[in-house]
Amino acid sequence: MRVALAVPCYVDQLRPSAAQATLVLLERLGCDVNLAFDAPCCGQPMSNAGAVAAARGAATTWATSARPFDVVVMPSGSCTHHVRHHLPSLVSGDAGTHAARVTYELCEFLAGPLGMPQLTGRFAHRVAMHLGCHAQRGLRLGGSSELHQPPSGPMHTLLGALDGLTLVPLDRPDECCGFGGSFAIGEPELSVAMGRDRLTDYTTHQAEVLVSSDPSCLLHLEVIASRSAVPLRTMHIAELLEEATR
Amino acid sequence: MHRQGVGHPEAAAAFLRDDERAAWHDDALWFVRQRRDRATDLPEWEALREAGSALKAHAMSRLAELLVEFERRATASGVCVHWARDAAEHNAVVRGILRDAKVKRVAKSKSMLTEECGLNSFLEADGIEVVDTDLGERIVQLAHQPPSHIVLPAIHWKKEEIGALFHREMGTPAGESSPDALAAAARVHLRDALLNADAAITGANALVAETGGVVVCTNEGNADLGMHSAPVHIVCVGIEKIIATLDDLGVLLRILARSATGQPITAYTTHVSAPRPGAAMHVVLVDNGRTARLADADMRSALHCIRCGACLNTCPIYRRSGGYSYGHVIPGPIGAILAPAVDLGAHRSLPFASTLCGSCGDVCPVKIDIPGQLLTWRERSATAGALPGGYATIFRQLGRLLSRPVSFARAGWVARSALRTLRTLRFIPGTRVARRWNPWTRPGRDLPLAPRESFREWARRAGRIP
Ligand code: SF4
Repeated sequence: MRVALAVPCYVDQLRPSAAQATLVLLERLGCDVNLAFDAPCCGQPMSNAGAVAAARGAATTWATSARPFDVVVMPSGSCTHHVRHHLPSLVSGDAGTHAARVTYELCEFLAGPLGMPQLTGRFAHRVAMHLGCHAQRGLRLGGSSELHQPPSGPMHTLLGALDGLTLVPLDRPDECCGFGGSFAIGEPELSVAMGRDRLTDYTTHQAEVLVSSDPSCLLHLEVIASRSAVPLRTMHIAELLEEATR
Repeated sequence: MHRQGVGHPEAAAAFLRDDERAAWHDDALWFVRQRRDRATDLPEWEALREAGSALKAHAMSRLAELLVEFERRATASGVCVHWARDAAEHNAVVRGILRDAKVKRVAKSKSMLTEECGLNSFLEADGIEVVDTDLGERIVQLAHQPPSHIVLPAIHWKKEEIGALFHREMGTPAGESSPDALAAAARVHLRDALLNADAAITGANALVAETGGVVVCTNEGNADLGMHSAPVHIVCVGIEKIIATLDDLGVLLRILARSATGQPITAYTTHVSAPRPGAAMHVVLVDNGRTARLADADMRSALHCIRCGACLNTCPIYRRSGGYSYGHVIPGPIGAILAPAVDLGAHRSLPFASTLCGSCGDVCPVKIDIPGQLLTWRERSATAGALPGGYATIFRQLGRLLSRPVSFARAGWVARSALRTLRTLRFIPGTRVARRWNPWTRPGRDLPLAPRESFREWARRAGRIP
């Protein structure tokens, strides 16, 4: 299966390891990965701040990049959410609709078009799972506690298949980490307070590793943990799966 | 308390300065959210939400017709129905009724609408004493504060603080903070106000067009005590509270209490459709901006709100910033989409007081797409030139940068180098002070760790892309 890997702007710059791990993992699973996708950003940062006009350019470049492909995979839930839900209205013509149709978040892609491969691997650690809100309630890639759904979903399944891995139960399994893009800058105190509370939930349950399919949540939690010297290793789901199945 | 000109970020930061209190507030509301989770864990819950949403949409689509039907039936049963275009008209109508009946003391039971219209201070200026009779409302009234939550108006008060307030205002023993003892003292204090009032004012949870009846839900029964003893009963209600039928009411009552407090039903659900013999009953139907919202197709469903407060309890922002940080009668996620409709300029920070996590949308029993409307308000702010601070310019430039792969790659390299330098500098003594002035690091986070190489630089070096 020919797959384009789309690397969102902040992943490219701040968490390239998540993109590299995605690439390696997909190739290990037999995908022929194309790296010709060169649009830096889907427009989400501007779009979420209400600056719709400013988002159009990036969204259009993005949709144009996606045009030649049948499947585009992104290691980010919130960007995938933006592409799927906002590109059709941001981009004129049918390029936006096409992009929305072919773009998948990594775990979603593994569980969907790739038919959920039997990943065999070992990761003997206590792991806390953080599903970004846009993946969780936007893409419905995890059960929402408000809807009385158990914390299931593709990421859950993928982690559950690994030997030795213990998923720690959390007091508030689907509480927001407080990043929220421009929110982290516009409401810094609140954003950090929320992040700290998430970290406390992980550490009180003796998690050693924090895993997320959203590099943005990871980066946010990481800078707060590092300031407060919280001993938690943060990993993108691709990094974890790549390491476990090595 | 929220001051004019102070936006949500500043008010939230002030609330968070007392982190122990902020944590306690967060826990108190999370406790209510968990009770809601248990009470709504029914096989038919999603069907009920769907029905709740549909019955409100139906009522809003026939608003004028249903209100007239309500008026006709209520009038036929001897209720006097008044119409008020705005807060000023509402207050004037109420004062007129009270003056005609020579009322000196009013016992009021929870009504966010009278808060919206500023009725208390309006009547007090006229020499009329208004006593809020629900415990939480009474606490904030004694403290000269507005409610900080729409269902739990005094949720921000700790029991020790209430003890001190009651000691000062009601003469309870100093240091008394047992909830039972305080409630007992309040009961005595309120009984006097309730039994000796010349008029009772209540809100309403629903107006049923089919019956011409008014439905009031409370847990303390004070609304009932007031309306059953005073010679005059005035119901102050927003026109969006109308529903078509008693069947609709059945759905509404099932979703309301469960979402609000996690109870299957509120302790007292009272239908009033006619005045008591010898007494007078008035219903004041208030618009105050509601029909304007009805005309706004993108925001219309905000009128479906049944004021259960579930979105407040679930909201990680509301829980950690308190009701006053919103600077609006209705706080929380629903307030953040209602307030901009009243005055976008004054409430410009509210649509941004959210991470768009979506919890409010999933918890709302009438399925209002709150996150979607927050986003739409952000867009409108941008169009109206009301984006906070320098956002407009920053995002215009960012948008340009992020649409061009080459300039993005160049700027990314510069930014990463800068970040790496800054992060290293952090460890030089003396720069810790500087950290406090940097809005990124000030609240307690480091600068991001920037890698030497971006993904695309690596891919090029590895020969994966030309
Ligand atoms: S918006 Fe929904 S959840 Fe919030 S108070 Fe209204 S009905 Fe309740």
